[in-house]
Amino acid sequence: MLNLNHWRSKLEAVVIPVAALLFALILFGIFCFFVLLDPKNIGQSIAQVFQVYGSIYKAAFGSWFSLQNTLIRAAPLMLSALCTALPARLGLGIIGNEGAIVVGGLAAIATGLTLGNITPLVSQVAMALAALAAGGVWIGAVGALRHYRGVNETISSLLLNYIAIALLNQLVNGPMKDPSSLNKPSTYPLPEAVMLGSIPGTRVHYGLIYGLLACAIAYFLIQHTTFGFAARTAGGNVKAARIAGLPVGKLTILICALAGSCAGLAGMVEVAAVHGRANESLNANYGYSGILVAFIARHNPLAAAVVAILLGGILASGGILQRNYQLPDATILVFQGLVFLVVLYSESLYGRFRLFRDRPAPPPVAPLATAPPSLSA
Amino acid sequence: MGLGVNSRSSFRMRRRQVLRGLLATSAFGATSQIWTGCSQQPEAGSGSPTAGQQVTMGFIYVGPKDDFGYNQAHHEGKEGLSKLAWVKSVEEANVPETTSVEETMRNMIEQDGAVAIFPTSFGYFDPHILKLAKDYPNVQFFHCGGLYQEGIHPKNVGSYFGYIDEAQYIAGIVAGLTSKAGKLGFIAAKPIPQVLRNINSFTLGARSANPKVTTQVIFTGDWSLPVKEAEAANSLADQGIDVLTCHVDSPKVVVETAERRKIFSSGYHASQASLAPNGYLTGAEWNWATVYSQYAEWLNAGKTLTDGGIPHLIRGGLKEAFLKLSDYGPAVSEDAKKMAEAAKAKLMDGSLVVYKGELKDNTGKVVIPAGKELKQQDVELEKMNWLVEGVIGKVS
Amino acid sequence: MATESIGWWGAPLAILAGTLRGSAPFLFVSLGECLTEKSGKMNWGLEGVLLTGAMSAYAISCLTQQSVGPVLAPWLGVLAAGCAGMVLGFIHAWLSQQPKVNDIAVGIAMITFGSGVAFFFGKPFIQPDAPQLPGIPLGFWSSLAPVQSALRICPLFVLGVIIAPLMYWFFKSTRWGLFVRAVGDSPDAALAMGVSTTRVRMICIVAGSFLAAIGGAYLSLYYPGSWSERVSSGQGLMAVALVIFARWNPLQCLYASLLFGGAQAIGPALQAVGVDSYYYLFNASPYILTLILMIATCSQKRTLTGAPGALGTQ
Repeated sequence: MLNLNHWRSKLEAVVIPVAALLFALILFGIFCFFVLLDPKNIGQSIAQVFQVYGSIYKAAFGSWFSLQNTLIRAAPLMLSALCTALPARLGLGIIGNEGAIVVGGLAAIATGLTLGNITPLVSQVAMALAALAAGGVWIGAVGALRHYRGVNETISSLLLNYIAIALLNQLVNGPMKDPSSLNKPSTYPLPEAVMLGSIPGTRVHYGLIYGLLACAIAYFLIQHTTFGFAARTAGGNVKAARIAGLPVGKLTILICALAGSCAGLAGMVEVAAVHGRANESLNANYGYSGILVAFIARHNPLAAAVVAILLGGILASGGILQRNYQLPDATILVFQGLVFLVVLYSESLYGRFRLFRDRPAPPPVAPLATAPPSLSA
Repeated sequence: MGLGVNSRSSFRMRRRQVLRGLLATSAFGATSQIWTGCSQQPEAGSGSPTAGQQVTMGFIYVGPKDDFGYNQAHHEGKEGLSKLAWVKSVEEANVPETTSVEETMRNMIEQDGAVAIFPTSFGYFDPHILKLAKDYPNVQFFHCGGLYQEGIHPKNVGSYFGYIDEAQYIAGIVAGLTSKAGKLGFIAAKPIPQVLRNINSFTLGARSANPKVTTQVIFTGDWSLPVKEAEAANSLADQGIDVLTCHVDSPKVVVETAERRKIFSSGYHASQASLAPNGYLTGAEWNWATVYSQYAEWLNAGKTLTDGGIPHLIRGGLKEAFLKLSDYGPAVSEDAKKMAEAAKAKLMDGSLVVYKGELKDNTGKVVIPAGKELKQQDVELEKMNWLVEGVIGKVS
Repeated sequence: MATESIGWWGAPLAILAGTLRGSAPFLFVSLGECLTEKSGKMNWGLEGVLLTGAMSAYAISCLTQQSVGPVLAPWLGVLAAGCAGMVLGFIHAWLSQQPKVNDIAVGIAMITFGSGVAFFFGKPFIQPDAPQLPGIPLGFWSSLAPVQSALRICPLFVLGVIIAPLMYWFFKSTRWGLFVRAVGDSPDAALAMGVSTTRVRMICIVAGSFLAAIGGAYLSLYYPGSWSERVSSGQGLMAVALVIFARWNPLQCLYASLLFGGAQAIGPALQAVGVDSYYYLFNASPYILTLILMIATCSQKRTLTGAPGALGTQ
């Protein structure tokens, strides 16, 4: 990888995102300046802006404590992002992440409770499989509707989100309700022993490992297998793919099912690692943030993992802005929006600066007809 | 409708994407500090209170702190601490009941040095508070709700709550006497015991003044759904109901809609009188400043939950000033005021018991047999799952 | 105050009332999105525009009630909402027309940004009361209070109902409508006609945001008539779905919005007359209904009839 040809475009890939981030930070700083402005003491207001920067960094990545907070937040985002990123390779716009997380969580708790107090590993594997299956069926249905009935997948996945949440509420408040969970209707709790633990030495639960693995596997699948190649081709031009004989329908349903199962796994992690039961907290907006991560990462699973960590860091720094600067909680939403808008804009800057355009290779020199005077002669 | 993702040119993009993502994250803060030099933060031993020292208290709200309702009541209670010079309070709003609240609690302890944390929403208790309590045995966690159980939960956890249904009982008396149609409406979030207790107390109070009154209940399904609350308010008004009250996080929409439909309203959590100058009767309000000041004084004296200096369960009603009633609105008659004040006096001296037999639920079943009295602290009331006779609606 | 119950008529009446009350936001947002999509661009960020519109309308109405009086103040609020929508629309239009920038991504980023701005600047306005838009009492002929209240409609709703056929006529029979459709179906043909694709799209996106923001103003100044962070029930997101459901036809947008407004009221209406069980599922009825309708009416061949050709490409 240390190939220094095309060093200019490689430099571009570094400078532009860094510049985008710095610019977003500057915009946010200007915003904070006006919000925190004390007309009698401009100097102090400026100093406060830099303190805000320092706090954000500290709260997101500045210590082992903060980094763990960030990673805990990033784990569900990675899995959720795959639910949008994978079908996007096929040209489908699916935003049903939230629904898949919810049904995955429901399936996991149902399995976990039915199996009860058995060997933790068996229970966890079973819960994971159940969640994968449930999520897969949920989004696979979206793909099937698209293929067989031509129903727009964006709408159907959006509608299924709401339906999944209604189902969750109905079940958690009705048939699956634990009578002793009076004030916050929930299902019965999982036995303590079968819950997913933390990665040794950290506070971060194994969901992070699942997320990283899933992203790596998804990347490999899309880039280095024939299945992935078929999917990408069909995503580029459906008609050509059909003519070439690719089974577009099967690809659609399969990719959607895979995507859904990733999100379903996120639901299982929420249930088995965080809450220990299913209740309305399963509907925590990870789905929607996952869509954002997928788009920023341009539907590349590896990039999605990294962007998820970035978003996790931004979200983790929200609390300190509220407590130390009395900035309203909406401030972090503004910051998030700014970062992503600027980063999206920076997409269009690639190839615009002459500095970063690779110089053409010099034409090959033709060998001389006569031998040059020998220097050693 | 495709997304226009062009797979051919995206190969170069992919490596660029990974690179940019990596650099974005690291450029976000020079990462040199992360792996070197920072040992794992000590998890125990931070935040032990010492007598007389400055006490940092952290407050966490599940919604916005100016919602004219539940969260605002807690925020106002916290603001009541500003009189105490030795208290520093930090607060965070809009914290969902997920790992976010764990992170917030940790941040308050590690970054702000809080010695007492007040997570004010029900759903924070299990598993979040319990987990953090184990990690930080020297920090006191005070949960708003009645969930602490001796012997089961960690010793540094305590609960506090108020018998707001006492105030709802009195509000019910006023509503029962003011209603011309004899029909009251109650818009509730979910059929959990806390909410059912309010509905029942309101109805019992109204019926003690006017035995023929009925209360129609509509459950919206969640704590804060303005459109559903408005729909419910309009539907109830369509049904001929002329007094509305509610148990949702922010009663603003219900009270405003009642005023627009020109019917009466009774408030909850905080005073919404300014929203309904004509129709507001009274309301059941929290007075958390009493509770928080009491805790602050105990903490300042160096007492803790663990050594028994601070009681694990704190409850109170009108007598202990945990709650209060909103000022009576212009539509409340003198008779209604008299009856309400009489009931209030009886509640404060303990001679009036709201839940005493024989009491039937709205399906005709006897839920409290004759001769039995359930006082406010009675645990059986915490498990309420019925609606009293006179309430139109179902629990599930 | 004569209040009398109307028994079982309550449910259908409540649904009618819900339709008249609740469909205006869907109507405005879907008409705005329809205009945008006809020009070939998608604006997923309308949820943020809706919230910003709601907040600005409420804020301006509240702030100007002393100077211009409670009758004019809400209308100033509506105007302010439109302007705020145009600003957000301009940001979206400029950004999404940059080369290599993806429409949907910008839209979703704008939802975050728009919501953040709305909540941030809206904090001081959650408490105060703002003068509301008036209602036209079309139910004056009835002596029953519920009927009167159900038939009380807002002038904005009437405006929306007028705009829908106007927009249909605009696309079908005017020159400007032709330009918009050309830009949306085939940018190359538009270029050949001498129409600037960028400018037309910019205008359409900004105008679409203007309409969507007015939908937001309706939420905070009429029904539910109050500003808080939860005032929207996802109308902005659903609007994009609505437009596709309506096959990019403004008249069908009108019908779809009415359907949604009515379906929102089913849950509470049934509870009010005593049907208590399964209310979570009843509350999800708009979505279940739409899904069933879509499955029933779509087929493999008909799925994208009416879709502007350039939608989804750069």
